[in-house]
Amino acid sequence: MDPAEVPPPLALVDVTKSFGSVRALRGLSLELRSGEIHALVGENGAGKSTLVKTIAGVHRPDGGQVLVDGSPTGFAAPVDAQRAGVAVIYQEPTLFPDLSVAENIFVGRQPRTRLRTIDRARMRRDTEEAFTRLGVDMDPDRPARGLSIADQQLVEIAKALTRQARVLVMDEPTAALSGVEAERLFTVARTLRDSGAALLFISHRFDEVFALCDRVTVVRDGAFVSCDPTSDLDVDTVVRRMVGREVTSLYPKEDAERGEVLLEVDGLTRHGVFADVSMKVRAGEIVALAGLVGAGRSEVIRAVFGVDRYDAGTVRVNGETLPPGRPRAAMAAGIALVPEDRRQQGLVMESSIERNATATRRWPLSRLGLLRPRAERDSARDWGERLSLKFGRITDPVSTLSGGNQQKVVLAKWLSTDPRVLFVDEPTRGIDVGTKAEVHRLLSTLAGRGLAIVMVSSELPEVLGMADRVLVMHEGRVTAELDRDEADEESVMYAATGQRPNEAA
Amino acid sequence: MNAPHTPQASGATGADTSTAPETSTAGAPPRPKGRSARRQIQFRELGVLLAVVIILVATWLYNPGFLSSQGVHDLFLGATVLSVLAVGQALVLITRNVDLSVGSVMGLSAFGTGLLFVTFPGLPIPVAMLAGIGIGLVAGLVNGLLVTTVQVPALVVTLGTLYAYRGLNHWWAGGEQVNAHDMPASFLLLGSFSVLGVPLPAAIAIAVVAVVGFYLARYRSGRELYAIGSNADAARLSGIPAARRVTLAFAANGALAGLAGVLFAARYGTVDSTVGTGMELQVVAAAVVGGVAIAGGVGTVYGAALGAVLLTTITAALPIWQVNQFWQEAVVGALILAAIGLDRLLALRTARRLRGGGARGA
Repeated sequence: MDPAEVPPPLALVDVTKSFGSVRALRGLSLELRSGEIHALVGENGAGKSTLVKTIAGVHRPDGGQVLVDGSPTGFAAPVDAQRAGVAVIYQEPTLFPDLSVAENIFVGRQPRTRLRTIDRARMRRDTEEAFTRLGVDMDPDRPARGLSIADQQLVEIAKALTRQARVLVMDEPTAALSGVEAERLFTVARTLRDSGAALLFISHRFDEVFALCDRVTVVRDGAFVSCDPTSDLDVDTVVRRMVGREVTSLYPKEDAERGEVLLEVDGLTRHGVFADVSMKVRAGEIVALAGLVGAGRSEVIRAVFGVDRYDAGTVRVNGETLPPGRPRAAMAAGIALVPEDRRQQGLVMESSIERNATATRRWPLSRLGLLRPRAERDSARDWGERLSLKFGRITDPVSTLSGGNQQKVVLAKWLSTDPRVLFVDEPTRGIDVGTKAEVHRLLSTLAGRGLAIVMVSSELPEVLGMADRVLVMHEGRVTAELDRDEADEESVMYAATGQRPNEAA
Repeated sequence: MNAPHTPQASGATGADTSTAPETSTAGAPPRPKGRSARRQIQFRELGVLLAVVIILVATWLYNPGFLSSQGVHDLFLGATVLSVLAVGQALVLITRNVDLSVGSVMGLSAFGTGLLFVTFPGLPIPVAMLAGIGIGLVAGLVNGLLVTTVQVPALVVTLGTLYAYRGLNHWWAGGEQVNAHDMPASFLLLGSFSVLGVPLPAAIAIAVVAVVGFYLARYRSGRELYAIGSNADAARLSGIPAARRVTLAFAANGALAGLAGVLFAARYGTVDSTVGTGMELQVVAAAVVGGVAIAGGVGTVYGAALGAVLLTTITAALPIWQVNQFWQEAVVGALILAAIGLDRLLALRTARRLRGGGARGA
């Protein structure tokens, strides 16, 4: 049958969605056809997850249309999407830890007896049937609490399977699966496709994309780039389209004198999170930790700083071994950590700018154990000027500032401790372009003054523009260490997706 | 008892035999044992029951008068009001909320019921009872709507209504009280009437526990209360109407507090505006001791009711052991700490198991 005649079960037309000043989707179109597995690929932050949540009815698009069977539909809530036959497997499993596995699969739609009570025997039977189809051995009665990530993902897949969805969206379903488990999932996906379902498959693993999918849509910065049959594409083309912009000129990192090794991490391991991570960072150097979201990068720097504990390995600052699990010791040794989530971890949103900016130095700014407001204010003003912070009054709550200026307050808070090693986690996430450049310039200047900087970033251009060296992590391990001249979009992307160029091609 | 564990459920599908051979062929890493986790839930209620039995037997051996027919009767009646309240509180706690206003709601209902008899002396008893339950229902509904629409934590909302309802009660009573002779004798008989040695109020409480327990275990909307308390975001993504469910849980809790008020009035006959003062913390304590997690998603009304029975039994037994009354509250406190400590220990063990079975990387 000519696909043009039958309207696709689900299509997005020119969908836009913004969160504050961040435009997550700008005019994205996508058509999911029956009997087809459609791949969606793009960098971190390209808008894939927002797209998924729009299809699922979690987000309402600001503009554009969602078409179900060709007619415009507004999903006001997830339940509307479910009624329309859309099932979504999210990147992070959304299970109820206290309910049994079978209940998790059938929550809200449990089979019922004539008395409208839940038919447990049937629920159990149906669960086992779904597990058999998936080739999974799991007790339907056990609680979901304690399931490994892979098992949780399998429960999600069983959930979608029993829904008999016409449209199935899978947001990186294989990220936590072993090869065998993933292969089983693909078999199920193909069966669903052959029975006429439309599937959307999001993955960073190109081998899977090419083995499984019929068409590939590439998105970048929330906008549509291309959509072609898989047979017309190869990995290199896809990677180029995903990255696809001139980057080097945007992010100037001035060359700085490399000093002695300030930070030495050796064989750092936290079971189940990251393993055998080693790095050396010299004064004047910016080392980027690149990789996909969930590769364990933030967890590594949190462990180094002592927020999280680690199971093996050592951290040395300036030759001195740092005791594990003690952020105070790390601060005393001259480490500063600008966390990923500034609203939750970096700032006290309701407190004033000055309070936040001086929060790391309450003792030096006090006399006889009492904070001196004047000292606080002077110091905060001084740092505000140095970082060209834009604010109304220094006593305003920090929540009144824009994202970029909030980030500057976090930076001020840590730079004022006079650190020798600076960790920055996603320093420019959710920040407008202008402030972004300022932050980059600032980092460059700091390196020039002899700081050792470790930057976690999911934005490839930022990594490539700023870093002297790039460590790429994949599933908790460092898979590549690239010098500035070796690192390019492709080499980083290959390492981040856990493959070598020759394997993929 | 919220997990489908009955012999029929597992026997009907023959699952234990069909899944066994797959274990060896699947090649998956060994997964944490689930059945033990499921048993812990039942273990909890059995533990409380065992504690009740031990205290009863030990106290009886110490002083056989403790379990005279009058003693048993008193014990049953004493546990009735607290059990009904604990069942309602469990409904709310399971959704990861809390209702601190139950003592005040119960007071309103008790006073309202008494006043009805004063105002309309010939009123049929069921009408008065329904009116008392209705008062509770409205008060609970107000709590629920405040929590779900204003999106203020239930702790704060119900702390407010705790005082508001009590104030309303004082204003309503104006310092008056309703005495036993104002109430029809048949109503007061309700409080002392026995069927086969079980006082009628206790029978009502047992029926309430059974009905609510069955509802929570066997109806979609009942299971959804657990889902909401277990993971609110996931509940939203699953299309569960969380606000409506939570509101209904509060309303049902209010209605049960109203029933408790009616039972109180029937038993004691004398009702003023201070009935139920301070009851809310006892109720929460009973539920927590009975295994209902304050963090939501876990627990059964059977456990909550058993918790209420345990607290009542201890309160009744300690004087027999000639324990100074001042120590009684300390004992209850120690019991709560022990119960919470046990829960935390089990949770940590589960968490460690999860980390040990980590899926990737290391």
